[in-house]
Amino acid sequence: MNIKEIQIPTFLKRIFNGRNTVISMPYLWLLFLFLFPFIIVLKISFAQPILAMPPYTDLLKWGESWWPTIQASFDSYLFIFSDSLYIRAYLSSLKIALISTVLTLIIGYAIAYSVARAPTRWRGILLMIVILPFWTSFLIRVYAWIGILKTKGLLNLALISLGIIDKPLIIMNTDLAVYIGIVYSYLPFMILPLYANLEKMDMNLLEAAADLGCRPFKTFWTVTIPLSLPGILAGCFLVFIPVVGEFVIPDLLGGTRTLMIGKVLWGEFFYNRDWPVASAVAIILLALLVVPIMFYQKSQEKAIS
Amino acid sequence: MKNKIKYLLIASVLTCSAQIAVAEEEEKVVHVLNWSDYIDEQVLTNFTDATGIKVVYDVFDSNEVLEAKLLAGGSGYDVVVPSASFLARQIQAGVFQKLDKSKLSNIGNMWDDVEERVAQFGPLNDYSVNWHWGTTGIGYNEGMINERMENAPTDSLAMIFDPDVISKFADCGVHFLNAPTEIIPAALLYIGEDPKSTDTEVIKKAEGVLAKVRPYIQKFHSSQYIDSLANGDICLVIGWSGDIFMAQYAAWDAENGVEIVYEIPKEGAVIWFDQLAIPKDAPHPDNAHKFINWTMIPEQIAIATNYVWFANGNLASQPLLDEELLNDPAVYPTPEVLAGLYTVPTYDAATQRVLTRTWTKITTGY
Repeated sequence: MNIKEIQIPTFLKRIFNGRNTVISMPYLWLLFLFLFPFIIVLKISFAQPILAMPPYTDLLKWGESWWPTIQASFDSYLFIFSDSLYIRAYLSSLKIALISTVLTLIIGYAIAYSVARAPTRWRGILLMIVILPFWTSFLIRVYAWIGILKTKGLLNLALISLGIIDKPLIIMNTDLAVYIGIVYSYLPFMILPLYANLEKMDMNLLEAAADLGCRPFKTFWTVTIPLSLPGILAGCFLVFIPVVGEFVIPDLLGGTRTLMIGKVLWGEFFYNRDWPVASAVAIILLALLVVPIMFYQKSQEKAIS
Repeated sequence: MKNKIKYLLIASVLTCSAQIAVAEEEEKVVHVLNWSDYIDEQVLTNFTDATGIKVVYDVFDSNEVLEAKLLAGGSGYDVVVPSASFLARQIQAGVFQKLDKSKLSNIGNMWDDVEERVAQFGPLNDYSVNWHWGTTGIGYNEGMINERMENAPTDSLAMIFDPDVISKFADCGVHFLNAPTEIIPAALLYIGEDPKSTDTEVIKKAEGVLAKVRPYIQKFHSSQYIDSLANGDICLVIGWSGDIFMAQYAAWDAENGVEIVYEIPKEGAVIWFDQLAIPKDAPHPDNAHKFINWTMIPEQIAIATNYVWFANGNLASQPLLDEELLNDPAVYPTPEVLAGLYTVPTYDAATQRVLTRTWTKITTGY
């Protein structure tokens, strides 16, 4: 039998060539996993809550004509700006994210620096140790911190038995516990980009600085830090952006006074069953984060060029 | 020859119908979503042994989370266990299917007293049967409380709403349920208002009551207190009866010297009912009916009840319960106490928003 080669039209061939297919993959990824969900959330934010399944009105109403009428409502957005709770929650989340990013940077830089300067044969193992906690579920690791920080937890028992303190420290259910949890959980996201940057650094520059009589500390500030700036920025954004919307850590480790937008959103969605307001809270959060995300994008472009 | 054809026809018809029967029979599995720590797993094993239906058992810890799952639709669960006040609203939203009572041969075992109270929420008995019920009251660590205050008013709401009393226990840890629909009515009752009020002006009064005691409350959370109470990390909680009994049992089991007591406040308390119901889009409604019917067998529900230490809605199971449990007025309240128990109303959306906003203000201060 003679199988004829199937003829593909040339215009299709031109569109689906290897190069275009490869390039389209990340765009398809963004389209399906970012843009579509985003449009759904945006759509719900313009709806009104009702008692039904799902609990919000349809945005499009199909009537007599072939074109649907749009029934968009801005009530959810107006409501958010009419109550200072939401603005406070956004600001409080930004504050918590900022402080924890700085703390993570200080600790992460020290670790990344030591790993990058360790003997080559050790680096693999040290890096492994940084990544190792990811092998356990994030939730379990946060729960483990409850066991460490609580009133009769490991930390207090150890400190009391060593005679350092008489009364247990109240750390659990405070903002301090939230910071500890966040810094711990997000540390690898800071260390990895910093390490990638520090490891590539040209040691000759440091030697040159030393030869010219620069003290190690000054070399660090004037040579190492500026050269590692792309790594610092990448690490900071990777920590800052997800921490703003963090819910699990403040819920489990924080006290009830810890105000974060993630918890407010939870309340809108679950207590009030007001999906439109919950969606609007999420859309505004995204709008707030677009600014740092754009900065991150810019810094990445710079690093590549 | 003619006969032969006839037989063949009959035979083929029979095979066909047998095949149809097989096709119609559900996959031997049922997906159940129940509250955490709310069953003795033996009941599930027995069900599987008796029927061959595998139980996929998941748990949740708040009515709100369950409701969000149900309202989104397509949860994939066959049996869920919302509390009556939530169930009433979910029925209105069209989440549930009516139970087919012809498939529930054991329904005669149920307790009409409980059914009557459940009916106050709406046509709930058409859609659900009771799993367990209980009260929301005060749990405390006896040793730690006595150490800090002699003759503490442990049988009264003053224990948690009087700043002079609760302040004495701030150092040993006080938790409240993170459930506005439970705590706000209790606060209203304490100041002599109707706990069932849906008047937003009345609801806002709860803020004043709770603001005075807020500095002494370490956390609002609906499940962490079981472990914390049992380990002696906290000493006072307003929580669900069975959860506090579970803490009591856990402490006793660990022999850590912690003595946990549960009391129903004398002013009155919330009585709640957790109801087994089948979502409209349940993939295995037949198995779901079989499962619910199984839980109404006195011997089976008694296994669960003796383990979870809540009261159940099954009258026929009472002779099979631990005597200690049945005679404990904190679990099966006396008729006088029962008369003082009230159900929380089902709030409409606007009232619910006021309730939640008041709650946020209480818990976070904003």
